[in-house]
This record gives sequence, C-alpha cells and structure tokens, in this order.
Amino acid sequence: MMYPELGQFALILALLLAVLLAVVPLVGSVTGRDSLQAFARPLTAGMFVFVAVAFGILTYAFLTDDFSVAYVANNSNSLLPWYFKFSAVWGGHEGSLLLWILMLAGWTLAVAVFSQRLPTVMVSQVLSVLGIVCVGFLLFIVMTSNPFERILPNIPADGADLNPLLQDFGLIIHPPMLYMGYVGFSVAFAFAIAALINGRLDAAWARWSRPWTTVAWAFLTIGVALGSWWAYYELGWGGWWFWDPVENASLLPWLSGTALMHSLAVTEKRGVFKSWTVLLAIVTFALSLLGTFLVRSGVLTSVHAFASDPERGTFLLVLLAITVIGSLILYAVRAPTVHVRARYGSMSREIFLLLNNVMLVSATLLVAVGTLYPLVLDSLDMGKLSIGEPFFNLTFTPLAIAAGLLMGVGIFSRWKKTDAGWLARKLLWPLALSILISAAAIVGYGEFKLMAFLGIFTAVWVAVATCWDLLDKSNSRKGRMHGLKRQSRSYYGMVLGHLGLAMTIAGATVVSNYGIERDVRMESGDVATVGDYQFVFTDIGQRQGANFTAQYGGFDVLLDGRKVAELHPEKRQYSVGMNVMTEADIDAGFTRDIFVAIGERISDNAWAIRLQYKPLIRWLWLGAFIMALGGFLAVSDKRYRIRERATEPKAKPADSGSLVANPVMTSVTKPVITSEARS
Amino acid sequence: MTIFRLFSRFAPAWLAALLIVLALPAQAVVRDVYSFDTEGKQQRYQTMTAELRCPKCQNQNIADSNSPISEDMRDEVYRMMTNGASDVDIMDSLVGRFGEFIRYKPLVEKRTLLLWATPAISVLGGLLIVGGIVLRSRRNNQIDSELSAEERARVEKIMDGHNGKSDSQA
Amino acid sequence: MKRVLLFLPLLVALALGVLLFSGIGKDPTKLESALVGKAMPEFALEDLHRPEVQVSQQVFQGEPRLLNVWGTWCPSCRDEHADLMWLAKNEGVPIVGLNYKDQRAEAKAWLERLGDPYSTSIYDPKGSLGFDLGVYGAPETFVIGADGTVLHRHVGVVNKQVWEETLRPLLNQAGGQY
Repeated sequence: MMYPELGQFALILALLLAVLLAVVPLVGSVTGRDSLQAFARPLTAGMFVFVAVAFGILTYAFLTDDFSVAYVANNSNSLLPWYFKFSAVWGGHEGSLLLWILMLAGWTLAVAVFSQRLPTVMVSQVLSVLGIVCVGFLLFIVMTSNPFERILPNIPADGADLNPLLQDFGLIIHPPMLYMGYVGFSVAFAFAIAALINGRLDAAWARWSRPWTTVAWAFLTIGVALGSWWAYYELGWGGWWFWDPVENASLLPWLSGTALMHSLAVTEKRGVFKSWTVLLAIVTFALSLLGTFLVRSGVLTSVHAFASDPERGTFLLVLLAITVIGSLILYAVRAPTVHVRARYGSMSREIFLLLNNVMLVSATLLVAVGTLYPLVLDSLDMGKLSIGEPFFNLTFTPLAIAAGLLMGVGIFSRWKKTDAGWLARKLLWPLALSILISAAAIVGYGEFKLMAFLGIFTAVWVAVATCWDLLDKSNSRKGRMHGLKRQSRSYYGMVLGHLGLAMTIAGATVVSNYGIERDVRMESGDVATVGDYQFVFTDIGQRQGANFTAQYGGFDVLLDGRKVAELHPEKRQYSVGMNVMTEADIDAGFTRDIFVAIGERISDNAWAIRLQYKPLIRWLWLGAFIMALGGFLAVSDKRYRIRERATEPKAKPADSGSLVANPVMTSVTKPVITSEARS
Repeated sequence: MTIFRLFSRFAPAWLAALLIVLALPAQAVVRDVYSFDTEGKQQRYQTMTAELRCPKCQNQNIADSNSPISEDMRDEVYRMMTNGASDVDIMDSLVGRFGEFIRYKPLVEKRTLLLWATPAISVLGGLLIVGGIVLRSRRNNQIDSELSAEERARVEKIMDGHNGKSDSQA
Repeated sequence: MKRVLLFLPLLVALALGVLLFSGIGKDPTKLESALVGKAMPEFALEDLHRPEVQVSQQVFQGEPRLLNVWGTWCPSCRDEHADLMWLAKNEGVPIVGLNYKDQRAEAKAWLERLGDPYSTSIYDPKGSLGFDLGVYGAPETFVIGADGTVLHRHVGVVNKQVWEETLRPLLNQAGGQY
C-alpha cells in the first residue's frame, strides 16, 4: 500500500508551489509586471489543495489503523474510539505540525479569496510573504518531521496508544482553535511586511488588517480558554492556569494581539502610531512562532512539550530567526519616522488606547521575561531557577487591574480631545455604582480581602462603564430601540469584548480568593464539610471502559441537608501503556463548581480525597467566549463588506477650524488625512 | 446548624442509628490528610506547598504532584510546621537539600533584580513615552494656535504633501 | 535618532536568538545538587547485608568515593549496573551503594544475581538519607571527597562517557588515582 508516500509527495509539491508563491508575485509587484502577480491566487489555491490532500491521507491512515506509518503507530491504537483516532492526527509533533501548515495554507487561501477589493500590489505582496512563511514550515516538515515515515517490513500489530491525557474532547478542539489563532496572526504580519515593502503604510492598510487580526485574536481567545478549561477538568487537581511555559507561550501572542487590535483601531481612525502598530504586528507573529519553538525544542520543560529533539529545535530556531530578524531589519530600515501631524489632547481616546498598549505590552514583557529568565540564568551558568505561579500572580495581577481601571475611563474618552473636567464628571455616577456593586459582592462572599475587592471592582467598573456608554450612545429622540439599532456591529463587538473581559476578571478574582480546597482522608460512609457543602462518601466500585478499567467512588453532595449532586470521580488504568489517570467529577454551575477527585489510597479502606468549592469559575471561560463572540461580531460589520474602495470622506477644508481643539467632542470619527484620499 | 436541623427531622432514625453506631468502633471526624490545629497553619501549609516545585515531575507544585518525592516533601513541611518552624526555616531546610530550583517564587537577590523590576520599568518607561507624546502634541497645538487661519491652510497643504511623500518613501 | 531606536527590537531579537540557541540540547531536568561544597549529611542507617551493623557518614572518610543511589524498582539502575561493576572491579573505584526506598530481601537477591559493585551498602527503606541528599529520582551518583565533602551529583545512568567526562576527573581532583 503506497498511499502514505503520496502524502509525502503532496507535501513536496506544496513546498514547490510555496516557493513559487514566495517569489513570483513578489517580483511581479516590485517590477510592476501584472502577469507575474496574476500567479498569486492560483498558486495559493494549488498549495492549499496539496496540503489538504496530505492531511487527508494522514487522517485516512489513522482511521484505518495503518500502523505501517510510524506516526500512527506511535499515537494510536485499534481500541481507540474513532473520534480520538481523528484527533490523534494532531496528538504528536509531526501531525500537529501538519495541522499548523494546513491552517496556514487555509488562511493564505482565505486572504486570496477575500481580497478582491485590495490593490493588486498589496495582494501579491501579502500572499508572497505568507508564501515565505509556508516555505519555512513546509521545509521543516519535509526535512525533519515527516509524518509519513514508515515502519517496514515489520508492521507492529497494534499502536502505542494515544496518551490518555489526550483522549478527551478537549483535544479535538483546543489545538485547532489555538492554531487558528497563532497562524491567523501571520496575516497581520504579512500585511505589515507588505506595507513596509511597498511603503503604503496608511489608514487603509490598517483597515484591511483589522478584520484578519480580530478573527485570529478571537480564535486564540477561544483556544486559550479551552486549554484552561481542559486542564481544569482533565488534570485532576482543579487548577485552571499554571503559568506553565507553554501556557505562557499561548498567552504572549494573545496579550500582544490585543494590543495590536487596539493599536490598529487608532491607526485606522487617526492615521497615527503607524510604526508602532507595524512593530506590534511583527512581534505578535514572532511570539506565535516563539511558542511553536518552545514546545518542540526541549529548551523548557512543560507538561505540554512534544518529544524534544535538538535537531528540530535548531531548525525551528533558524526558521524563527530568519523570519523575525529579517522582518525587524526591514522594519528598522523602512518604517516611517516622520511624525504625523495629528493632535491629541492628554485625555483623548488615542492617549487612552496608547496607555492600554503600555499595560498590555508590559504584561507581555513580564510573562516573556518570567518564562525565559530561567533559561537566561542557566545559559550564563548562574544556576537553575524556577519562576512559577506565586511570582506571576504577584506581578501580573496589578497590571491587569491597572489595565482594567484605565479601560473603564478610556471607554468614555473621545477622539482627539476630551476635557478633563467633563470626563471626571462623567465618571462620577459609574464610579459610585461600581463601588456599590463591588461592596455588595464582597459582603455576599463573606470575607473582605483587598485583592478580591480590587479584582471585583475592576471587573464591575469595566462592565458598568461599557453599559453606561451603551446607554449614552443609544439615547435617541426616536426612542431607545432606535438608538440601539443605530449602533454598528463593530460597536456591539466592542461592547461584548469588554463585557466578556469583565466576566473573566470577575471569575478569576472570585475563584482565586473565595475558592476552598480540602484534602481529606475518607472511608466509605464518611462525611466531609467544605464551606456550606457536605460530601458523603457513599460507595466504591469498579467499572470497565472502552480501553481502561476504573476504580470509582460515589459522593453525595449536600447543601443545607439537601442533595444537590452525585459525583463519581475515578482512577483509570488504561489497558495499553498502563498509565493511571485521575478523572475528577465536577458538578458544574453558573455560580459555582463542585469538584471531587480521588487521590492516593491511604489504607485498605481509606483514600485521600480532594474536595473543592470553586465559585464563579465558569465565568472565566464564558467571559472568554463572549470576548471571542464580540470579535466575530465586529468583523461582520458592513464596513468590511462595502464593495467600493476609498470610502473615507475627503479632507475638510482648513478654515473649518478643525485643527483647533474643541471642548466638547462627539464620537463621530474625524476624516483621516492620508495619501489614500488623494489616490 | 445544619446537623441540628437534620437531627430534629429524623430523630427516631437518628436514635436507632446512634445505637448501632455505639456498637461499632467510634467513627472519627473526617480529617484532612495533613491536619493542623489552627486554621492559620492550614493556610500556611497550603500556600507553602503551592510555592514548592516538585523536582521530579518539575511542572507541578508539591501540593498537586503524586510523585513519591513530593509526598516526602509534603511530609517534611507538615512535620516541621507542626513542630513550630517558621516558613523561612522550612523553605531554607528544603532548599538546602534540593536547591533553589524548588522555589517557585524566586528570592529577590542580585541575579533576580531585573526580573522583579521588569513590570515597574516597563510601565514607567511606557508612561514616560506617553507623557512625551502628549507634551509634543501640546507644543504642536501651541504652534498651531499662533498661526493665522490662512497660514494654517498653507501649513496643512505643505504638510500633507510631506506626509504623503514620507508615507510612500523608503 | 528615531531611526536608531527602530533598530532596538532587532537587537533584542538577536540577543534572544543567541540565548535560545545556547539552550538547545541542554537537559532542563538535570538539577545541580544543593549540597556541593558541603559535608555529607549525618545519618545512622543499617548495613544492607548485616542489619546489626550501623553505617554513618564516617564511611566516607579517608579517600574519595562514589555514592550510588539505586533501587530494584528502578529500570535505569538495571541499565547502569554493568558499568558500575566495571568501575568497581576493573578500575577499582570504591562505590558506596545507597539502597533507596526498597525491600531488603529483594535488594540482596538482586545484588546476588547481578553482582555487587559496592564496598558498603546502606539500607535506606524510608529514603531519609536520600531526602537529606536531595535525591529526587534514581539513579543518582554523587562524588564524595576524602573528607566527606559532596563534590558533585550526577543525575541519570553512569556509563563510560560519564565516567571519562565527569566522574573520573572529579575523583582525581580530589586525590584519587584513576
């Protein structure tokens, strides 16, 4: 059966097409030859087809238990349910890399399809840059990480099985969502590089980049949230974020990407901060690549790390270096340095968004330094250090709080100038309301803790400010409904995004400060108390699963004497590989989770049982999904679907006094004075 | 309070159960695996075991890890804490055996100064830059307001040309 | 001036690249011992073969030695055993064995079956000496100086390469003739 080799062949073909894509349209765009530029879209389509074929072949090999393919033999097993055989395709290094490339080819194709309104030169260059990135990854997979390697002639009778930790619904969606995000930032990157090459760095460029960035950001938000949720219920000890190096690697592009999203908004509306925005686009994608490198190189230990291999690590690092250093050289040489002649008051929206960037970039820097510092010290022979949760909680939290507080104020700010006195008066009632609600929440949860109050206040403040602004904007002589309908999807996207963030902050604060955890020794029949809940250890038993045997415990959960849940946590032993897994059982709720996991066996009858009360934990992930929803909503705004080009109004004549600061500004966007208006 | 309510509702059943229970060896109150006499020590224990890194599995703290060495370390923390040792003593004793690696919160010392100072440096640096931008903008505003309307129009025309050129130039 | 600032990100990226490159190939799971330069911790444990005999840190006085931490439950210890035998019999290296968290009967049977490279064998069923030494997983081999100072800890199996590159130079530095 020769078909796996066809997969390899397809990848090589895709590589060849990628090389052509990287070179031909780019040359055409620089020399002005339309015939060459016309190759961009067909080449993209061809490359995508071959990558998809390769992916399809690998999937087929998994679904048909073809253990002659080494990767299938290492990651699958005949006893595995079919949906896990499917997701096992990306359960290991080679396959997940193929998934990455599939996404990359997919995004490139999407750009080719949805760029009909863009100038040809831009399209050619963006697609070529994406082609260059594809070349890098295809080279990597073809030369060092071929998923189609065969074990011949001694085909194993059965596979080594998918790691039981990965035999879970989370594996089916978490990596694809995450990769959609990581890879999606390559588009913003490509737009930035193209703009540096052709010099057309203006508000139009920002407008084109925005939807791509927002969609990538939304996917990354979902991916990170799924990872957290998955770790929570799968890993067995109730944590939802460990500041593990690979988790940090996914958080870095998210923080940077959020800054990028906001910076693009300013560049689009006011034509300022262009150099900064371009740098952010490069850095965000560089952080995505850095994450890829960290997971696969063995440089840092992590629960997530794929099989580490110095050869692959070196290759990836060279790839990363060429991409990042090349882009940054281009940036240093061609980024605009002339100050655009825009004016903004000290309390203008531009300044608040800039402050938002300062906070987000500081957070990014903090997480990056904290993650890489042990490596630095080790390389300098200054010892092996550990930097973990206590450090990050201590340093990250104040930044998050500061960012949230600024955000609330910033929501009320106006473009170009906001009068300080007007702003202060505007903030008074929302501030009072926020303090009231926060105080009520603290009373509800019982104990006053400073960090809890600050966190809850930040969340409430953001939510109140967002809703207040919505109420303000939807004031209309023709009634509230009319006012609400008048707002754009872009605006509602922002509202959802900010409300989602408030929800996440609230969830994180409450569960960290008011959650209760107890490790108790229990025998059958014992009753343990956690907070207001009682846990009765009702029975012990054994059961057989598809590819494991499990010892389970039965627990009745009582609140004020009334049974609210029956939980059956297990300890599973998987038939292949003999791994023992702890499967917690959770009673999920909108306001709280009850979490039970079985620990070590202390004696013949007694077990160590981990009991947890987790208030508002679901808000963490719900908030993230709402944020992502906001992103998708914003992208569906009709401004991105207008067929005509250059829709900005022309520059106002100079004697309208538009350069003199106006004390009371409306939220209507000022016309952007750019080169595009003249073209 | 809750037990009391349960008790009064099912009094006859409880009495019967009581008799049965009395006939059996006494059932102890459910204890924590590591139980302390004060709530404060319990808190300290939870915090400390969350701040110690398992040297074997390396990506969990010793509270969460199932490895034997983590269990040994938890036992040691428990033993020292019940004997009245301070947090610093316990940390030092474990670090003296397993190295700085097991500290998840690095000490503030010369080699970690840069690490701990990062957020402050970054935020302050950023604020300075923003402050600079605001000042520059104010200066430009001042210059603007000193021009007449006609002069403003001329300046704008010239600057547009300059901006347009600079945007598309190398 | 502004143009120069734009080169800053590039410099940071280059520095980072160099850093990450130097980290490739290093094994982040191997930890250095916190006891290097300090004296062997005090202990009083039974000899593995003769329970009535007590062994203490005095057994490390006199000449530089290796201390090998092992257990019958540890598959890698089985892998390195032949090399340890070679070291003890051919090179004449004095190796003190620390039987860590094991059963006495099984350990003795293991040594009888496979050979005993140890000049002395300490029985540490609870792992208390191991704990004091900062042992976190077998096999581990320590280099102990003639005065009982801990000189080095090697995590993982001992083989010819480890001997040539690490253990032999350290033993010789401490006064050995190997």
